[in-house]
Amino acid sequence: MRADGIWRYATLLPAILFFALLTFLPLANLVALSFHEVEWNEATAVWNWVGAENFLALPADNLLRAGILNTVIFAVVAVALQMIIGFFLALWTTQVIRGRLFYRTIFILPILVPGIIIGAIWKLMYSYDFGVINSALGVFGIGPVDWLGNPNLALLSVIIVDVWHWTPFCFLLLLAGLESLPKDVFEAARVDGASDRQMLRYITLPLMLPTLIVTFVFRMILAFKVFDEIYLLTGGGPGTATEVISYTIYRRFFTEDQVGYGAAMSIAVIALIAVMILTATRATTRKADQS
Amino acid sequence: MSDLAHSTRSTLFRHGMLILFAIIVLFPFVWIVLSAFKTQIDLLMGRVFFTPHLTGFENVIFDKTSDFARNFGNSMIIGVCSTLLVLFTATLAAFSLYRLSWPSWVLHSLLGWSVIFHMVPPITLAGAWFTMFRTLGLDNTYLGIILAHATLHLPMALWMMGVFVRDVPRELVDAAYIDGAKVPQTLWYVVLPIVRPGLAATGILTFIFSWNEFPVALVLSQRQTATVPLGIGRYAQENTIAFTEMAAASTLSILPAFVLLLIAQRFIVSGLTSGAVK
Repeated sequence: MRADGIWRYATLLPAILFFALLTFLPLANLVALSFHEVEWNEATAVWNWVGAENFLALPADNLLRAGILNTVIFAVVAVALQMIIGFFLALWTTQVIRGRLFYRTIFILPILVPGIIIGAIWKLMYSYDFGVINSALGVFGIGPVDWLGNPNLALLSVIIVDVWHWTPFCFLLLLAGLESLPKDVFEAARVDGASDRQMLRYITLPLMLPTLIVTFVFRMILAFKVFDEIYLLTGGGPGTATEVISYTIYRRFFTEDQVGYGAAMSIAVIALIAVMILTATRATTRKADQS
Repeated sequence: MSDLAHSTRSTLFRHGMLILFAIIVLFPFVWIVLSAFKTQIDLLMGRVFFTPHLTGFENVIFDKTSDFARNFGNSMIIGVCSTLLVLFTATLAAFSLYRLSWPSWVLHSLLGWSVIFHMVPPITLAGAWFTMFRTLGLDNTYLGIILAHATLHLPMALWMMGVFVRDVPRELVDAAYIDGAKVPQTLWYVVLPIVRPGLAATGILTFIFSWNEFPVALVLSQRQTATVPLGIGRYAQENTIAFTEMAAASTLSILPAFVLLLIAQRFIVSGLTSGAVK
């Protein structure tokens, strides 16, 4: 269709307005805030210029350091487990003839439920005194275990909840990928006498690589945003055992009302994520160039 | 013969594993629903057998101190409005970008920016939204949260509608144009009927994500505009946690997801997978 003057602009305008006013402007605002100390006088913000002070204070912030470390551990461990479990569930689902839709319906369910409610459910299940997990372990004479109160266990407990919550997402994307693979390749390999394991290693995995990468990236992005479950399950505790980046920013910016400092932290985190994305993209493209 | 026995065995193994995981997925839901029917004492004693009570549900829905009904209404208003806003904006933009011959740098910078924005944790921008909205008097209003939710989910909607709009044959659009149709008529009579399944998929997912969203709603709203997740969060934050009420409210809040999964699974699946596989 030929460019149709005004309509061409009119159709794109709402999206441009959204991006300009609600993403670009706030980001600029955030940069400006990060060089100030802000006090609220009624609904009017009073800005005092402090230069780079906010940024210089970041490296010494123990909470932020714990937050970054925990977020990385959390994301890597949780997403790795989700990918592995999700892949096998998807593989088995494509290999059974009856009940595919039944399994898929059940496996998708956790994706659709609010994270905060999943946090609430697991908080009750993890409860030291009456949680179902400790009751079940008690039958075998184990426990009771303080799942969320023990600093050595708390992060693992949160990871378990995340694996339960998001493995279904990996399952769904990988299932769609597996179902779109060409059937004839597998039939040919079967005729040639390939075993299940050989087909997995030499056909399924190589063909699935693009889908695996996309799923992994999607999940990593989401895992770095983790907030809801932490807010409900542990509030970052005990101590800093489950402190994650989003929670640290929330704490500094809103709970402690350090608006300028919180803004500086936000900018630093955004920069960190940008660097990680760039490194990851460069690594993948270089690998793609080599092969 | 041994081949057959082998394949029967592996089929049994697969079903066994799948059923095991189905139980793991379903168990917490079953447990929370059962807990919602227990009294606080039954729950705290960890009783497996109990007489079901409706006290939890009654307190959550009808008690004067409970905000749950209002939270539910707020979530509906915010979810529906932000979804409509996102669908309108994303469909127009996707059509414009893919069918109205924009130079490729426009397409790429817009999509690129939306990717970057999507990767940033929402809480980082929530602070800036909060300061902006507070200055404009939009904090703690429906409009503020609706705009924020629409912005959060616009990137995803834009990619999804992009996938669906590209499925509309160019020839069809060109033919309409030659017949004298302007952009609005082309959109309404040619494009919309074809992308309707895409609109359903995008709309359902946007609504679910808005319904589930927590950190931004937490920052931008107070009691009058609080959404369902905020209500649940408050139960957990109180000093003496009302466990039965928390379980009952959780049960009620899961219902929309159950209903949508049963009636619209096709759209949910096509929506979630559209970007990843194509």
